[in-house]
Amino acid sequence: MSTVMATTPIHKNSGWRLFLQTVIGRAYPRVIGQQREKSWMIFEVLLPLINVAAYVYVYRAIGAPEDYVGFVVIGGAMIAFWMNVLWSMSSQLYWEKEQGNLALYIISPAPLMAILLGMAVGGMIATLLRASAIIALGTWLFNVRYVVMNPWQLLAVFVLTMVALYGLGMMTASVFLLFSREAWHYVNLAMEPVYLLSGFYFPLKNLGFWIALGASIIPLSLGLDAMRQLAFRSGPSLGFLSVPLEIGVLAVLSVVFLVAARWLLKTLERLAREEARLTENRR
Amino acid sequence: MLRSPAIRSFRMAAWLGWQIESNWTDPFLFAIYSIIKPLAAAGILVIMYRVVTQQAFDTPVFAYLYLGNAFYQYVSAVTTGVSWAVIDDREHYRTLKYIYVAPLNIPLYLFGRGVARFLTTTFAVLIIILFGVGYLKMPLALNTIQWPLLIVSLVLGTLMLGLVGLILAGITLLTARHSYYIGDAVAGALFLFTGAIFPLDVLPSYLRPVGYALPITYWLELMRRALVGRVAQAFPTFSTLSDGQLLALLAVMTLALGIISLVVFRWCERLARERGLIDYTSNY
Repeated sequence: MSTVMATTPIHKNSGWRLFLQTVIGRAYPRVIGQQREKSWMIFEVLLPLINVAAYVYVYRAIGAPEDYVGFVVIGGAMIAFWMNVLWSMSSQLYWEKEQGNLALYIISPAPLMAILLGMAVGGMIATLLRASAIIALGTWLFNVRYVVMNPWQLLAVFVLTMVALYGLGMMTASVFLLFSREAWHYVNLAMEPVYLLSGFYFPLKNLGFWIALGASIIPLSLGLDAMRQLAFRSGPSLGFLSVPLEIGVLAVLSVVFLVAARWLLKTLERLAREEARLTENRR
Repeated sequence: MLRSPAIRSFRMAAWLGWQIESNWTDPFLFAIYSIIKPLAAAGILVIMYRVVTQQAFDTPVFAYLYLGNAFYQYVSAVTTGVSWAVIDDREHYRTLKYIYVAPLNIPLYLFGRGVARFLTTTFAVLIIILFGVGYLKMPLALNTIQWPLLIVSLVLGTLMLGLVGLILAGITLLTARHSYYIGDAVAGALFLFTGAIFPLDVLPSYLRPVGYALPITYWLELMRRALVGRVAQAFPTFSTLSDGQLLALLAVMTLALGIISLVVFRWCERLARERGLIDYTSNY
C-alpha cells in the first residue's frame, strides 16, 4: 500500500490553476471557518444592529423623515464590509506576520496576490451573510420601506462597490507589510473618521461638495450614496452625484485599486524582504 | 506609603499602560490619534442633527445628545482599558504569568492599566466640549457649571466603569482572544440602552427597564446636569429625581457593582488558575 502511495504521481497545479486553487484555499476558512465561530455572529450582527438602533432612535428623537431610518440601516449593514476590509484584509498580512504565518505564505509556491484575492472573496461572501442579516433585521424592526425602480442598476452599484472596496483592502494590505505594532492603531483610526466621511448614517452631500468629493476615494461613500438613491423614494433628491456618474467613478476606482494592489504588493514585498520586515515581530 | 503593594501595583501599571498606549509614535501624532476618533463620532451626530433640524444647536436636545455622546467615550475607554490588559499581557506580551508571580494586587494593577485610556479620553472629551461650545454655540457657561457635582460624578462614574472593566477582565481570563475588544463590545451594546444620545423615553417601553437598571444611565444624566442643568429639566425621564437622589442611586449601584465585580473577578481568576489559563495563548 505504502509502495503504491509512494509511486503515485502527485498532481501539482501551476499557472492559473494554482492561482485559482490558492484563491479557493484562502477563501475557504473565511467562509466556513467564520460560520463555525458562533460568538462572531454576536459581534458582527447583533452589535452593529444595536448601533444601528441607537442612530435610528436619534433620528426619531429629532423628528427626521422615515427614509433616514432606512439610510441608517443600509449604512449600518455596509459598515460590516468596511470592518471586514479593515480588520481582515488591510491588517491581515500584519497579523500573519505577528503569528509567523507570513513567511510560510511567501516560501510556498502560492502567489501572494492569489492569497490576497482569496481573503477578499472569502471575506466578501462571509460579510455578505452578516450584512444581509443586519438589513433584514433592521428592515423588520424599524419597518423600513424601499422603493427600488432599477434593481439591475442597484446590483451593479453593489458589485462595483465591493470590487473597489476589496481592491482598496488588497492595496492597503500590501502597505501593512511594512508596518509593525503601529498597524493596529492605524486600523483603529480608520473606523469612526471613515463612518463620518463616507456618510454611513446620513446622506453624503451633507458633508459639503469638496469634502464629499475627497471622501469619494473610499468606494463605500459613492456606493452608499448610489444605493440610497436607488432604494429610497427621497434618495434621488438627497444624492451627491448622479447614479450613472457614481457607477463610472466606482468602475474607475475598481480598476485603479486592483492594479495598484498588484504593483504595491510586488514592490512592498521586495522592500519588506530587503529591510527584513517579513519575519519581524516588534512587540 | 509607596511601599504598599496596592499603590505600587496601580502606579506602575498606570505608567506601563501609558507607555504601551503612547510610545508607538511621536507625541504629536499620538495627540491627533487620541482626539480624532471621538471627534469623528461627535461629528456624525452633529451632521445627523444638522441635516434634520437646520442647525438648531442651541436646543436642549442637541446638548443632551452631544454631551451624552462625549461622556460615553469614557465607557468604552475605561472598560476596555481595564479588561484588555488581560489579553495584552497574556497573549501579546505573554507576561501575565510573571505578573501573577510578582507581589502585585491584580485588580489594582488592572485599574492602573486603564488610566492611560482614561487620560487620553479626558483630553478628547475636553476637545469635543470646547468644539461644541466654541463652534456649535452649545449653551454651556463656566459660571453655571456645578463643579462639585461634576467632580464627584466623574470620580464615581470612573470607578463604576473601572468595576465593569474588572468584571470583563475576569471573563476575559476564561475566554480566548477575539477580534473585538470585549469592552468595546459591551460599550456598543449598552449605547442603545443608557440614553447616551437620545432620551430614554424614545425607546420602546419594554426596553426602558434595561436603561433604568444600568448605573451608566444615571451617571450620564448627572454629568449633563452638572454641565447644563437646564437640559435635565427639558426631558421627563429623570425630572422627578433631584441631583442628590441621582447621586445616591449612582453611589449605591457603584457599591453593589464593587462587591459583584470583586466576587466575579476572584471566581473567574480561581477557575483560570485551575484550568491553566493564566498563560494561555489562543492565537486568534
